[in-house]
Amino acid sequence: MTMAAQEGRGRPVFGRRDPDARGYFGEFGGRFVPETLVAPMEALTEAYFAVRTDEAFIAEFEHLLRQFVGRPTPLYEARRLTEACGGATILLKREDLAHTGAHKINNALGQALLARRMGKSRIVAETGAGQHGVATATVCALLGLQCVVYMGVDDMARQALNVFRMRMLGAEVRGVDAGARTLKDAINEAMRDWVATVQDTYYLLGSALGPHPYPLMVREFQSIIGEEARVQCLASYGRLPDAAVACVGGGSNAMGLFDAFVADAGVRLVGIEAGGEGIAGGRHAARFAGGTPGVLQGTRTWVLQDEAGNISLTHSVSAGLDYAAVGPEHADLLQQGRAEYHFATDSEALAAFQRLGRLEGILPALESAHAIAGVEQVARDVGPGGLVLVNLSGRGDKDVQSIQHLLGDQA
Amino acid sequence: MSTRLEQAFARMKAEQRTGLVAFVSGGDPTLERSGEVIRAVDEGGADVIEIGVPFSDPLADGPEIQRSSERALRAGATLRGVLDLVGDLRTNVAAPLVLFSYANPVVRFGVEAFAARAAEVGVDGVLLLDLPLEEAGPTRDVLVAHGLAPIFLLSPTTTGPRVRKANDLGRGFLYAISRLGVTGVRDQVADDARGLVERLRQDSTLPIALGFGLSRPEHIRDVGKYADAAVVGSALVAQIARHGSSPALADEVRGFVRWLREGASA
Repeated sequence: MTMAAQEGRGRPVFGRRDPDARGYFGEFGGRFVPETLVAPMEALTEAYFAVRTDEAFIAEFEHLLRQFVGRPTPLYEARRLTEACGGATILLKREDLAHTGAHKINNALGQALLARRMGKSRIVAETGAGQHGVATATVCALLGLQCVVYMGVDDMARQALNVFRMRMLGAEVRGVDAGARTLKDAINEAMRDWVATVQDTYYLLGSALGPHPYPLMVREFQSIIGEEARVQCLASYGRLPDAAVACVGGGSNAMGLFDAFVADAGVRLVGIEAGGEGIAGGRHAARFAGGTPGVLQGTRTWVLQDEAGNISLTHSVSAGLDYAAVGPEHADLLQQGRAEYHFATDSEALAAFQRLGRLEGILPALESAHAIAGVEQVARDVGPGGLVLVNLSGRGDKDVQSIQHLLGDQA
Repeated sequence: MSTRLEQAFARMKAEQRTGLVAFVSGGDPTLERSGEVIRAVDEGGADVIEIGVPFSDPLADGPEIQRSSERALRAGATLRGVLDLVGDLRTNVAAPLVLFSYANPVVRFGVEAFAARAAEVGVDGVLLLDLPLEEAGPTRDVLVAHGLAPIFLLSPTTTGPRVRKANDLGRGFLYAISRLGVTGVRDQVADDARGLVERLRQDSTLPIALGFGLSRPEHIRDVGKYADAAVVGSALVAQIARHGSSPALADEVRGFVRWLREGASA
């Protein structure tokens, strides 16, 4: 395939907006890790910086993105949703159609190839909704790597289907019964594993979080999302979208989408956090609405915490957004005024889930349903004739059981 | 004028014995009883006492210290409470006191305000577990300006240049982690602990305390052959867990520390 043809479909972009040498995006980021992990993080950074300019590595990554993941994913004009909202044309970036059903596979594939390049034989990962765990288990099967996934026991209950999928793919799923028994606690346990096994083990972190170089690396492996969408939008509509919208848990699907448009001042970047049961009662995961800057799990960013600096328990109907910190680059984009962040509550996300099903025949992941809830307002802001791009980051099959439980007869 | 930490290490050396550094979680089982525990650790003969600041996400700790942190948090302990506790105890405790914390509680308190308060109540040193040398710069300078000793961890993965940097920026002693992994009780001292300490000595001059996995007098005796002091944390914390609701808690802790000291005495 010629270079021009590859560019015609969008390619992942590396080295476009690097943090400083210590891993900071403005005031946020860095590398707040226990001493034992300092040298391994340096080695990881060095290895990552080497592969991202290595043509053979990039070629293999792109080959597998096409042949294994099924990229490019479509950009789909949601006509009935657009009509119902009465505003700008809504374009869905269909990451739900990627292999394993979410955007997580892009990053898992990139990092697993890096792990193999580094000579690691064992992978540990954390998972919240289970999509990153499934993606990691999948690429480990593909590359013949041993795989251990840590998952909060509450998340294992609400995402039981994904637990089973991981096991079918040959991964070992270890339940974490600490803290809120969700994503944050799974990350703690994966870090505890890694600090003891770092010689032969690679930690495959699933979101744009954690110590440098993870936020950079995860964003770059996900940059294919926005790059494809940009090319597809230009090809179909002859111009860029007026806004790009994504849900933000750790923030990898949002960074993957935003990255292609950060330099385009005319494109509004909108992140939607999990508003849970509302901000006032404290049962939510909206870091920018209810948090303050702090240090958690390796990075300086906005964190939900109490007066004493202990991390708050979070709540969201969506396991993938149920996390107390946000990726540091999002904190920087907010600080710069380049991106804006809003939230959707549990009930708004559930309503959006149902609406997308009935209007478009697509059941989104509950995480992505937050973006759908948010896009409706943005589409009205932009108005008819405009274009609003939204990342449909994952499919909802994994959530059907818990939604059935939540909605009962109202479904 | 030398600091309490320097005096403690000078005394071990003069007495030709291994130092015992004892770790407890501040506020475990409650802030009040934690005061009894720390006095008992001091009376039992610890040379340095590390007081852990309870934190919701202790990702470098194994189960014993995780659970003690949870007990302390449930009983209402905070960084502010632990600092007040040190203030109440200081005149009744001979050993130097080192606060052992994750970064976020200190960041939330405000580094300058924290250092001022810690110095005021009589804290001697501060170890911030997830604030490695590369992130520690400004915080380290504030601590030193307030007369507090910044204490750095060294691990089997720490390179020579970073050992030298830790030795330059640190005060009081260096804390060597004997093995990869989280804190926790182990049956034996790590095989390569001697090699590690010998390597660290080539690039440092501060005294070295070795920890992670030590739980018995014979471990301390072993470690004393090459390190200046031995750190016992999880094993002591497990005693507090076992006797936390007993009126004999202080006696049990004092007895356990005395037993450990047998390994430190010869």
